[in-house]
Amino acid sequence: MSALPQDQTGLSISAILTRDEQGILSEWMKEMSNSTRRGDLIRESDLRSQCAHFLKLMKQGIQAGGSNFNSPAWDEVREMLSEISRTRAQQGFTPSETATFIFSVKRPLFTRIQQDLKGQPDALASEMWAATELLDAMGLYTSEVFQKSKEEVIRRQQEEMLELSTPVVKLWDGVVALPLIGTLDSARTQIVMESLLEAIVQTNSRVAIIDITGVPTVDTVVAQHLLKTVTAARLMGADCIISGVRPQIAQTIVHLGINLLDITTKATLSAAFSVALQRLGLQVTKEARG
Amino acid sequence: MEKIPILRMGDLLLVTIQVDMHDRLAMALQEDLTQMISDTEARGVLIDISSLDIVDSFIGRMLANIAAMSRVLDAETVVVGMRPSVAITLVELGLSLTGVRTALNVDAGMDLLKSAVRGSSNGYGSRLH
Amino acid sequence: MAVVSTEKIPINAEIDVVAVRRRVRELSAKLGFSLVDQTKTVTAASELARNTMIHGGGGQMFLEALNGPRTGLRLIFEDTGPGIPDVELALRDGFTTGSGLGLGLGGAKRLMSDFEISTRVGQGTRITITRWK
Repeated sequence: MSALPQDQTGLSISAILTRDEQGILSEWMKEMSNSTRRGDLIRESDLRSQCAHFLKLMKQGIQAGGSNFNSPAWDEVREMLSEISRTRAQQGFTPSETATFIFSVKRPLFTRIQQDLKGQPDALASEMWAATELLDAMGLYTSEVFQKSKEEVIRRQQEEMLELSTPVVKLWDGVVALPLIGTLDSARTQIVMESLLEAIVQTNSRVAIIDITGVPTVDTVVAQHLLKTVTAARLMGADCIISGVRPQIAQTIVHLGINLLDITTKATLSAAFSVALQRLGLQVTKEARG
Repeated sequence: MEKIPILRMGDLLLVTIQVDMHDRLAMALQEDLTQMISDTEARGVLIDISSLDIVDSFIGRMLANIAAMSRVLDAETVVVGMRPSVAITLVELGLSLTGVRTALNVDAGMDLLKSAVRGSSNGYGSRLH
Repeated sequence: MAVVSTEKIPINAEIDVVAVRRRVRELSAKLGFSLVDQTKTVTAASELARNTMIHGGGGQMFLEALNGPRTGLRLIFEDTGPGIPDVELALRDGFTTGSGLGLGLGGAKRLMSDFEISTRVGQGTRITITRWK
């Protein structure tokens, strides 16, 4: 705990920041340039403006809220650190590299505090302590945000993977259905095509229903992908029915002049299933109650 | 030179094509098969390509030729067991294999042959039970 | 582009086309290509190898494994044959020509990431195809 009353801590830091912002900035940049600057990930000019902005906000924070990093006076700084951590996490910095962005302010700041309070050991001690507490809190904060960002990225990727691993559903002996959800780009369609064809082989299904209810738009690119899938399935000995064709999609298909060859298309999955059963020579009959 | 064996099952001929079939072997198969259809008066030909990890234009043309020639000799041909990666590649390649019937596997192929032959105008279909 | 390894396979007889297929399969698998990409590459190689043998009168294929920064497989087919008089036409026809000549060029081009051809009537042909991972 500081020897000076709370509202007086940071006075020296504040004064230093006001007086010698440029000096601190250059020394700070130099501290970082040794190992952790990652010139490959961030440009010198970008880093410099980030640091300058940070020093300004830090000064404001101290003037408004002392060295208590949790006070609302530090909101803006917290926001900036969040932003920096998140972007660094995405850019590929390590958590240490991100935290060191903060920690490397220590030396420039401490040298000046020592100079200012040379003859006052008590004041020097508490001011140094206040500065350390403050910068440590900030460093830890960046680490926490970094961690959370990484976790978010992983969670998002997992969701995307689940989306990609579109489940092929067996509706009946010989009939599988593939409900497509979301936009179909080339990469995704490739994966989807392969898993449908694999499922056809594994479940021995002569009929595959591709349901496009969840596909927002069907343009020539999407149509081409669908056509390729159907052609491949036919080459293998299975046939496809496309279901979930909404009236708007039917219009688009006609407008664009897309030729669906002789592929059967139905508005609903149930209608498609009905056709599939017919093709397999199957019939659903009602049980006679005894 | 080794030849691809052709098995006879009633009035069906069964061929299993192994991997790495070189061109001359493919040509020989085409000839042998045509000869055998004629000799045995076979009504159906089943070609199993489940071992093939690629089908290029040469093999594709061979399959199409076999289908066409056997039809002239009043026999139906079904190609079974095409792998997904092969199907995808053929579509990209633009090879359509018109005139070639396909089925997922040997069982499905047999079913297809039976119904195809049964529907033929010669009326010999009943022999295939 | 860093070429990690180069190999040469002569293409003079049918049996060589089989060797081409086998080697391209092995190498593309080793480089970690997906099954479909492997199949496409092997099929394209088979088409071009056959062309080299039949229309080019024999020649050779070079395999180059590429790694830097992208991973890729490059195949170069060379022959000192008659050359291709009309490349546009050849690319368009592919093998759907009823004449049975079926150069398979168009098909090979569709299957690969990059396709380059240089040919001179009376001198020969070189076709370079690349598949990027």
